[in-house]
Amino acid sequence: MSPLHASRSTPATLAPFPEHSSESPLSIHDVTVAYHSKPVLWDVDYDAPAAALVAIVGPNGAGKSTLIKASLGLTPIASGRVEFWGEPYSKARRRVGYVPQRESVDWEFPVSALDVVCMGRYASIGWFRPVRRADRDAAMECLQRLGLADLAQRQISQLSGGQQQRVFIARALAQQADLYLMDEPLAGVDATTEKVIIDVLRNLRSQGKTVLVVHHDLQTVPEYFDHALLLNARVVAAGPVKDVFTPANLTRTYGGRLTALDEAAEALARAERGDPLEGRPSTRRSATP
Amino acid sequence: MNDTGLNTVWHDLWLTLTLQGGSASRWVLVAATLLGASCGIVGTFAVLRKRAMMSDALSHATLPGIATAYLAWTALGRDGRSLPVLLLGAALSGVLGVLATQAIIRFSRLREDAAIGAVLSVFFGVGVVLMSVIQSLSTGTQGGLHHFILGQAAAMTSDDARLIAIAGGAAVLIATLLHKEFRLVTFDGAFAQVQGWPVSLIDLVMMALVVIVTVVGLQAVGVVLIVALLVIPAAAARLWTDRLGRMLVIAALIGGVSAYVGVAISAVAHNTPTGAAIVLCAGAAFGVSLLFAPRRGLLARSLDLARLRLRIACEHALDAMLEHADGRYDSHDIARSVRSPLARALLPHSLRRWGWARQTSDGLVLSEAGRARAKAQRDAIAAWHGYLDVTGAAHPGGGRPSADAVEHVLSPRMVEEILRATAKVSELPSGGASRERAAP
Repeated sequence: MSPLHASRSTPATLAPFPEHSSESPLSIHDVTVAYHSKPVLWDVDYDAPAAALVAIVGPNGAGKSTLIKASLGLTPIASGRVEFWGEPYSKARRRVGYVPQRESVDWEFPVSALDVVCMGRYASIGWFRPVRRADRDAAMECLQRLGLADLAQRQISQLSGGQQQRVFIARALAQQADLYLMDEPLAGVDATTEKVIIDVLRNLRSQGKTVLVVHHDLQTVPEYFDHALLLNARVVAAGPVKDVFTPANLTRTYGGRLTALDEAAEALARAERGDPLEGRPSTRRSATP
Repeated sequence: MNDTGLNTVWHDLWLTLTLQGGSASRWVLVAATLLGASCGIVGTFAVLRKRAMMSDALSHATLPGIATAYLAWTALGRDGRSLPVLLLGAALSGVLGVLATQAIIRFSRLREDAAIGAVLSVFFGVGVVLMSVIQSLSTGTQGGLHHFILGQAAAMTSDDARLIAIAGGAAVLIATLLHKEFRLVTFDGAFAQVQGWPVSLIDLVMMALVVIVTVVGLQAVGVVLIVALLVIPAAAARLWTDRLGRMLVIAALIGGVSAYVGVAISAVAHNTPTGAAIVLCAGAAFGVSLLFAPRRGLLARSLDLARLRLRIACEHALDAMLEHADGRYDSHDIARSVRSPLARALLPHSLRRWGWARQTSDGLVLSEAGRARAKAQRDAIAAWHGYLDVTGAAHPGGGRPSADAVEHVLSPRMVEEILRATAKVSELPSGGASRERAAP
């Protein structure tokens, strides 16, 4: 551990921060991000390992999406810097693929699934030139890998949520990147889609690529991912899932509101305030649409 | 108007439309057509970028600029009616209006619609006041300036027409060249930025094209109605297609033809402002699209709905027929589950056509396909009820099917999926995560 890190008052139970190296596909150096002077990310320091599937987990508002957006220059960074293979993003963007949240676009837009995937090729096509046949073929292959070849010509609003999510992943594949940043690619998808997507991600890893995924389903983290970044404005823990995915770390990440006991206490507090949802367990509430 | 008069008008309109030297000069017609086509193309991107109302603010905000340019140029001792000068003034004050709107949205808590409403009316009001000042200052010499409000193509000189044709053609050319870039930025600006495209610059070019076609269109279409030429062709084209490329072509066609026919009509009927005539033509095209467009048109949608209703009626009928051991069609049973008399009248024919029933000497009975279909339906309904039951979601009927129904009816794969869903709802370690998971 470098002197800089040692001087920080980090609890001893945390996994040690890895050394920054230019080998790492993504190095985040002491990044702080603030919206209107309210900090969203505090002093985040992280090195993504090569050839790995990394889950970024944390409660709502932990800054998971912000971390991805800040890394890609979509959100301004208050302090710190981000490097890709030791270079700034502007020099590495051809090697980085991005999957935004599904809600970030208007799915009524008049384009087909194939049209959207072709957009992943636009940067390599360049200014003014139209989409070539070779690009279309490459895009088609990406759709195929996500099991969507039959739906290539469909207008995107006529796809299910899971299919739309897969179109976005296919678009990122069409970028032919070495590092992929995905913002909740598994949010709201059905079991079959989840399996298809995970297979694609594993395939990327076996090709030596790194995929960072903002993920919500804690249950599946150990099964799907080999690394995890536990985030709650600060990095709570980072490293191999088996080392960092411990009840203690999770409790710290989620502010201790993880256990049934905490939920019961919350429900009682609500009942005392006369809240109409008094006393009902939260799982029951969540099941009613 | 007597018969001969009417015939003359039609003849004149025919000559004008066929460029045989009717009431409008060829250059004016060419300019209007190019203007309409470029408005269709530029308007398509503006509508998809949700800037239709912003374009309205822009066009209304040009009026004070036109008046100010006239006053300033006249004060300098030149001819205030010079079109390039007026259009420059229009562009400057139009852009100022858009910037004012953006500033209001940014620095107040007002939403876009309120900001646009305020800016649009204030600028337009200032413009109208300045126009009346001009009228009182120099009686008679303001000739033509009031045409900018509602549009009068006849007021165009052939130089004016050439300027408009060139600007419209240039807008079409730029939009064609940058089609791919516009498509990307309009659909997903963040993704474009991550790829390294200068999103703000591309956006600026798109906005500049809106300014150009708006400003050059003012003389022919007018401050009040130019936005219609941007929005209506795009809106109508969207009803005909799901592809941006085709939408652009259709919008250009609708815009071009509307402008062409509108100019001809207003040239022949001298009291009709051109803007109104053009917008009426575009409006007619929109009305036709709304009614008759395939799949999205009202007609196609009502046919689809009728077909769906008939299908549901058939499924109810199949279920009723399955109740009888011989699978016969009992119109009393059917009447209980199928309420619509029209559907009941069509049912026997549809059941035969889809192969679910056949005609025998005893009347209509279930075919093998119909029996299988009816059974499959029941299985699906039971599975659905089972799912609702297991996940604890509200049951539509209020009742709860027995637990063993789920066991016997569902396929092993479905049971597995249902159990998985159940586990997700009730066993997750994190209350927060399970909530998000369960609420689709």
